[in-house]
Amino acid sequence: MAERCAVVGVGQTNHSSCRADVSIAGLVREAVDRALADAGITIQDVDAVVIGKAPDSLEGVAMPELWLADALAAHGKPVFRVHTAGSVGGSTAIVAAQHVMAGIHGTVLTIGFEKQSDGNAMWALSVPIPFGMPVHAGAGGYFSPIVRGYITRSGAPSHIGAMVAVKDRTNACKNPYAHLHEPDWTLEKALETPMLWDPIRFIETCPSSDGAMALVLMSEERAEKMSGPKAWVHATAMRSEPTAFAGREQVSPRAGEMCAEDLWRKGGITKPAEEIDVVEMYVPFAWFEPMWLENLGFAPRNEGWRWVEDGVTEMTGSLPVNPSGGVLSSNPIGASGMIRFGEACMQVMGTAGEHQIDGAKKAVGHAYGGGSQFFAMWLVSSLKP
Amino acid sequence: MRDVAIVATAQRPSQIGTQLTSVELILPVVAEAVKNAGIQRQDVGFWCHGSCDYMSGQPFSFVAAVDAIGAWPPIVESHVEADGALALYEAWVKLQTGECDIAVVFANGKTTSGPIDRILTLQADPYFVTPLWPGFDAMAALQARACLDAGVVTEEQMAEVAVRSRRDAKSNAVAHLKGDYTVDELLSGPYTTAPLRAHDCSVPVDGANAVVLAADDVARRLAKRPAWIRGIDHRIDTQRLGARSLTTSDSTRIAAEKAGVGRDKVDVAEIYAPYTHQELLLRSAMGLDATTTVINPSGGALVANPAMAAGLARFVEAAEAVFAGRADRAVAHSTSGPCLQQNLVCVMEGD
Repeated sequence: MAERCAVVGVGQTNHSSCRADVSIAGLVREAVDRALADAGITIQDVDAVVIGKAPDSLEGVAMPELWLADALAAHGKPVFRVHTAGSVGGSTAIVAAQHVMAGIHGTVLTIGFEKQSDGNAMWALSVPIPFGMPVHAGAGGYFSPIVRGYITRSGAPSHIGAMVAVKDRTNACKNPYAHLHEPDWTLEKALETPMLWDPIRFIETCPSSDGAMALVLMSEERAEKMSGPKAWVHATAMRSEPTAFAGREQVSPRAGEMCAEDLWRKGGITKPAEEIDVVEMYVPFAWFEPMWLENLGFAPRNEGWRWVEDGVTEMTGSLPVNPSGGVLSSNPIGASGMIRFGEACMQVMGTAGEHQIDGAKKAVGHAYGGGSQFFAMWLVSSLKP
Repeated sequence: MRDVAIVATAQRPSQIGTQLTSVELILPVVAEAVKNAGIQRQDVGFWCHGSCDYMSGQPFSFVAAVDAIGAWPPIVESHVEADGALALYEAWVKLQTGECDIAVVFANGKTTSGPIDRILTLQADPYFVTPLWPGFDAMAALQARACLDAGVVTEEQMAEVAVRSRRDAKSNAVAHLKGDYTVDELLSGPYTTAPLRAHDCSVPVDGANAVVLAADDVARRLAKRPAWIRGIDHRIDTQRLGARSLTTSDSTRIAAEKAGVGRDKVDVAEIYAPYTHQELLLRSAMGLDATTTVINPSGGALVANPAMAAGLARFVEAAEAVFAGRADRAVAHSTSGPCLQQNLVCVMEGD
């Protein structure tokens, strides 16, 4: 029943800690204009806009998509807003793809953005909650016990997180759009960075970034007429579970496992580690790379850290993870998931430049949010499904 | 396109100053809607929620909602930072992909827990408009003034909308403001934000509601008389009040055309008009004739406006009119943003 959908344009901003040179609208348009140019279309060709970002309190604008309608030249068109916590960039791209797959629109522009420098994320995420349990720990404080749980359970040595961080920061030097370009990290130097939330070190933590990602999605009929490279959407999946309940598995949440199982089933993948060429994975704290390798079904339980240690996830390894430098090198929160989805597309389109994995045909974009409870994933390929 | 219908609904009576959490607001209506559909939670293939962080005064306020719907084992679920009417749109899209057959949509709005006039003002341009704090009511008042000056509406017509809404609300258990008033009585009241009087502005309330959608034969099995969605579309206008006509609504007109409102007679229209003059504008933009279409028999949002749930409430009311045979063809409308910036229109039909 569902129609085929292809990504025909990918555009992102030059991410940095403070894009003082542009307004929120200017930041969004930078990504949009690059995506439209990549697709070879104009903004007038867009039928509908699907836009996502993380909490509105990060910039202080309620439902900013309303105000942004002008900047998106969207008057008279549908503008649809998604908000699903940290996974929002991924789920927004999925909702956009579903508009095409359902046969409702032929050309959909989707955008994820965050301009963290316009606000104060630490404040915005730590508002005292009138009717609920306060969690003033920040994201690092929230996730550190979960990382500790993984280390205890898997017996991973303490340097694995730093290895992931050095890999991602090194990869980011090949990505002109990445926020952090820090070529000189070594494992030794990484291990000397301060411990922020034991066992998470400074280098194992994502930055705060301004940035946006935009994708142009088309129906098969329209995509076929485009001469440029395409990333065909083979499968999408989303799963959610509650933040807390007695006995909840937080290191490898069931929702993540189910989401991946759904993705593999829909995409006809039986051996993910062999069939997938590259993964753009949502890793805001370095230890989540081995954790998600297991959660997604790539590595056996408690073995993910060995893959990191053996270099499997390096750009030269058999399953490169985050050749873009990942969330550890750029984290405009509401865009981060869509950057993963868009970078996965760039890999199969062959447009990733210096961080291209040669011959990548199947790539996965992955995003998660909340207390490791909201998951969004897609599988894209240079080959039509 | 698949045939998709609303098969069950639920909404809670409006309250002012509720101490309930969003989870406590949502839980009973979701449970009731699921029960009314005669299904189990496990039968639901997709859940979608509409709410606004700024109204809860908390980032990620929707996250707790998964506790209200029971997300274990894990579920397929999404959230819109918007009225539940847009959550319904996402669920409709999902059903159209064929990935599932049953979806539950729900919305909550605790409109009275903060200064809603200021909160909604945060939707404006953050660089040039919000710092001036124009106020949401005042922006609507500018629109009302433009309509009065253009001769599109009169203050008497606006008061008539309020009189009819409050009278019709008497038979609606979830409405807040109800009773018999006269136009003269209302027009004798003072301006609150000229040219708006108190009766021209909706009553902010706390509320929640839920809708069950189903496709094809599943819908036929779950409801005696499903409210089939024959057309649904939403459009946006520029936000800048100086850059668009305030006396018409292009986005509503386009959405109504795409949804097919004018293709046949409309028996009942449930319109989300937070201000009296906006109902008159919207009726005109959708091409509705009040002599043949019953407008807002529920009393509409004027008598109870749980922001972020008030649009979905229009779907609840319109679908219930179809369920009960009061309408063969009904329209549900939702709006968002200053001066009717964004509008969604849906046409439903009974068999």
